[in-house]
Amino acid sequence: MSADQDTETKNERRSATRQGFRLIGKYIRMHPGPFTIAVAGSSVYALMTVLSAVVLGRVTDKVLTPAFNGGVSAGTAWAGAIAIMAVAVIRAGGIVTRRYFAGMTWARVCATLRIRIVDRYQELPLAYHRSHPTGELMAHSEADVMGATDMLHPLPYSCAVVMLIVFALVALILTDPFMAIIGIALLPGLTILNRIYMRRVEDPARRAQERIGDVSAVAHESIDGALVVKTLGREHSEVERMSERASRLRDERIRMGWLRAAFEPAFEAIPNLGIVILVGVGAWRVSTGAISEGTLVQFISLFLLLAFPMRLIGFLLSDMPRAVVSWDRLQEVFDEPVALAAPSKEQDLPAGALGVSARDVTFTYPDAGTPVLDGLTFEVRPNESVAVVGPTGSGKSTLVTLLDRLMDPDSGALLLGGVDLRDVAADSLRRDVAVVFQESFLFASTIRENIALGLDVSDAEIRDATRLARAHDFVMSLPSGYDTVLGERGVTLSGGQRQRIAIARALVRKPRLMIMDDATSAVDPTVEAAILDGLREELATTLVIVAYRVSTIALADRVLYLDGGRIVAEGTHQELLSHPDYEAMVRAYERGAA
Amino acid sequence: MSRPERQQDQGSPGRTGRGRRWTLLRVVGKQEPESRREDVVPPAGYDGQVPDSLETPPEPAAAHEPKGAIAVLRRGVRESPELRAGFGYTLALALVVAAARVLLPIMIQQVIDRGINGPNGFDATFVIAMTVAVGILTIVLYFAARGAYRRLVRASETALFGLRVKTFEHIHELSIGAQNAEKRGAFVARVTADVDILGQFMEWGAVSWFTSPAVMVGAAIGMLFYSWQLTLIALFFVAPLLLVLRVLQRGMLAAYDRVRSRVGDMLTEFSESLMGAAVVRSYGMEERTNARVKDSIHRRYRAELYGNRYQATIFTVADLFGAMSMAAVVVVGALFGVRWGLSLGDLVAFLFLITVFINPLSELSETFDFTQQAIAGWRKVLGVLDLPVDVVEPAPGIPLPTGALEVRAEGLEFGYQDGSGLVLRGIDVEIPAGAHIAVVGETGCGKTTFAKLLCRMADPTCGRIVVDGIDLRQVAPPSRRTAIRMVPQDGFLFDTTIRDNVKYGREGATDQDVISSFRSLGLDDWVASIPDGLDTAVGERGESLSVGERQLVALARAQMASPGLLILDEATSAVDPETERMVGEALERLSAGRTTVTIAHRLSTAEAADSVLVFDRGRIVERGTHDELLRKGGTYARLYRSWLGNTRADLEEERAG
Repeated sequence: MSADQDTETKNERRSATRQGFRLIGKYIRMHPGPFTIAVAGSSVYALMTVLSAVVLGRVTDKVLTPAFNGGVSAGTAWAGAIAIMAVAVIRAGGIVTRRYFAGMTWARVCATLRIRIVDRYQELPLAYHRSHPTGELMAHSEADVMGATDMLHPLPYSCAVVMLIVFALVALILTDPFMAIIGIALLPGLTILNRIYMRRVEDPARRAQERIGDVSAVAHESIDGALVVKTLGREHSEVERMSERASRLRDERIRMGWLRAAFEPAFEAIPNLGIVILVGVGAWRVSTGAISEGTLVQFISLFLLLAFPMRLIGFLLSDMPRAVVSWDRLQEVFDEPVALAAPSKEQDLPAGALGVSARDVTFTYPDAGTPVLDGLTFEVRPNESVAVVGPTGSGKSTLVTLLDRLMDPDSGALLLGGVDLRDVAADSLRRDVAVVFQESFLFASTIRENIALGLDVSDAEIRDATRLARAHDFVMSLPSGYDTVLGERGVTLSGGQRQRIAIARALVRKPRLMIMDDATSAVDPTVEAAILDGLREELATTLVIVAYRVSTIALADRVLYLDGGRIVAEGTHQELLSHPDYEAMVRAYERGAA
Repeated sequence: MSRPERQQDQGSPGRTGRGRRWTLLRVVGKQEPESRREDVVPPAGYDGQVPDSLETPPEPAAAHEPKGAIAVLRRGVRESPELRAGFGYTLALALVVAAARVLLPIMIQQVIDRGINGPNGFDATFVIAMTVAVGILTIVLYFAARGAYRRLVRASETALFGLRVKTFEHIHELSIGAQNAEKRGAFVARVTADVDILGQFMEWGAVSWFTSPAVMVGAAIGMLFYSWQLTLIALFFVAPLLLVLRVLQRGMLAAYDRVRSRVGDMLTEFSESLMGAAVVRSYGMEERTNARVKDSIHRRYRAELYGNRYQATIFTVADLFGAMSMAAVVVVGALFGVRWGLSLGDLVAFLFLITVFINPLSELSETFDFTQQAIAGWRKVLGVLDLPVDVVEPAPGIPLPTGALEVRAEGLEFGYQDGSGLVLRGIDVEIPAGAHIAVVGETGCGKTTFAKLLCRMADPTCGRIVVDGIDLRQVAPPSRRTAIRMVPQDGFLFDTTIRDNVKYGREGATDQDVISSFRSLGLDDWVASIPDGLDTAVGERGESLSVGERQLVALARAQMASPGLLILDEATSAVDPETERMVGEALERLSAGRTTVTIAHRLSTAEAADSVLVFDRGRIVERGTHDELLRKGGTYARLYRSWLGNTRADLEEERAG
């Protein structure tokens, strides 16, 4: 490594440390109460630790030495014992306080951060959710929160260590400056050694982690593709591949193990050597009468007490870079702009079925170069049913999302019953517009709750909706009917059944604009036709259907053919068949469906 | 006095001092990403698909009774003999650690009694000799510990490597029936997370099971050596500690079980709110959902706080009992020491030894939970190795001829061993050489299982499959693999180039073979159209390519083997029209002159087939040509009508009109 790089990493480390401390400040401000108590507990612990060594020294001088030189009274012996116990009890109190409140600080900070994240996710536009995989969003709430707050665990203890060292040094210097010098000279060695170890082990540890990733990748790929592996008879080469990666992992871990083998016993041996020297020098000091035997015992005891904390002192610092990285990721979420403005006028929608018009609507996803919708303009009359058709990526689903104002267009406007969507009162919008999404997402709860979704509806209304969605019969055939719980520990429904529940969910709201985003793909075509017919008869609603199946498309009054983010043709299905692209696409649908 | 704080914040000696925190994190569910993935079960709305329930295999673990820790250990060592060497090194390490820890108190005693308070007062020679001797001994012990630890690491890593590869190999030896999709995630975890946690355990947790007792025994011997009376007194105060630790330990495990399940609940709520974000917003459920997620966060917090009570106390009690024991020894030692013939040095050494004795206890109580997890992981890994290999290959077996193959299924039955009933029953089929057969039926009717039996991914429970007059079980594996080729619908590819993926189709294939394979399927234009051509990297599972492109590569791969029997599992997902056309043409060329069995999802395929087999609930309910079946007006006719209504009614009408 060149000198330049070296300073660079040093600077990085320093700035990470600075940021780390700033982060700690932030956390403490979130929950100052428990943190203060934890630090108070730490100080009690530090003080009592030093005191316990002093007490042991005093007990040696006042109780034990006299006991072997002519005897000691029972009272004195008991006094010594009580002193030991008293210090131990107070010390234990300090430790328990520190640990409990340190744990509480950590847990509270985590909870606070998670709640901020939840609120944040709620505020952010749907476009944000669409452009980030669920796994990543989940990781913010779990792994990143953990990573960012990990260093809170050693924090109160680190404070205690600092105090401990100060107290101990004072005690050492006060009792015997000469011996104190030996201690002061030896103890920092442990800190330095530990830093060296941490740095040396960093690279192999990272590499081992990568190797674990390699092994895991092969395992996933090979076991997922077991069928192909078997058909091709490639078991042996797969085993070889695994063996090769696993052996590299083994080698890396052995390398780590060897480092540990060199350092770990050293952390035990070095303080021991220090004590050996202390005992040697101390014996001479005792013989010259400079110190008592009790003082020697006290020194040894203090030395033993300090050895481990000296080693630990670097941990907080070494945790910081990771915490800072995790925090930065959280900060990104917190900094994400909130795009949806609250409606400025809070207008209600006009009565009856709602017409839709799009005027030069443009929308681009964040981080995407090209717009998904590019000058989209169309008109849907009240009570009309319109099919939106177009190749993959033509912007159909985005349009659905904009129509329900889950996102706002970058430019242009969408009007519902003549009112700009941005001016519609949120309640009105949620009540009167219902979307059935491509993926019929069901919650792990009962069918009834999945349909009502918090809306106050009667059982009769739910039944009406499920009848219309052709879901009532199969719901009744389930073990607990409408109270059947769905989800991993409950009943699993087929794709078509799920879609019908999702449709019922929309219907129970008696929407005046209903949008179906390929919401019947798994429903039998005859059932689908029945649903759509029933819907048009019994509901005064405008219907916008994103469709892939010819049978669905044919059910609509009119077809909007979307391509490249704009309408390229519109008319009835028959009319559009003269459009060569449209015909080719519909043919492809025909071949693809079954 | 001592260093009780050592255990409190460090944990076992081998863990770079981060033991406690590390344990805490592990306990609350922050594990390997692998195992976390398993824990986070997606909520109800996650996928749009229903698992093919009839083809779900049994839990293989069901056949194996849970074994005790000792049994697992014994079985584990039998499976990995390298561990035997590891035991030896661990034992050596334990002795060295114990020796090093007991050494100092003894030295202190010697120096006090013979160096300072010797018969002639201060004895400088003795003190110097003692200092040098113990100093050298400490250094020697350091090197001994280092050596033992190194060898231990090597032994355990070698053992784990062997175990991992062996398990992986065994998983591949299992029939496809045993390694069904739902089992796969678990299998992956066996060779990754489970083995990894075992490795951590062997180098950390397992070591303290050896060192801790060794240190305790060493300290006890030292104590006994000075005074058996004081030893009894010291132990009298330590004994209740064992009980208290056990109780706290149990409470802590229960508390963290609860934390784990609260973490799971919280993640479920989180993922539900995220995956259902569109529904939540569209239906105005934001506040309700938000409240639920927050509630789950608070409940997790409360569970963590509750568990924290144990964390706070468990490592403190040892400290208190140690102090109690010391106080008692001070009183008794001061009052009766002289009478029992003790010296000042003896008593001081004794006090230090008490600490040496007590420290390992809290170390062990921390290791306990870790040990349980490691043993559980080990049990699971061994459970995989215990699964019997159900498809036993013949050696050498009879080779199949080249050219189109004639296939016969006789009285075929298939069921999984869990008693869930038969997936296939009474299947009798005769497929003449060169015939094109379509298999149709609803999801879960057994058609996929039938296809898997045809290429011996599993053996039938009853009956047999005869290919060209030879029982499939007697066919030589290499010959079977080239002569019978299954092309799965998902077009799974390996993470390498297109060229290599196609080469995998036949052993010893050359680049030229790859090119001619594509050419013979009419795909050379397609290959030429991709920027990197055959050298295009396909990514994990082939996911850098589109579904259709993956299918093309899979077809070229099948073409390499020029199989006599092709089993095609048709794709369900739609592909863009152009690729669709290429796939169609390539398929036609691939199946020309070969016996093909196609699991048809599109009835246009069935229409074109020589004969159609209609499966329903594990049986063949109808068979015949498309026209015959249509006239019959049964299951097939119903399926066909539904499909027809689905796709082309209108187009036909248009054309007619």
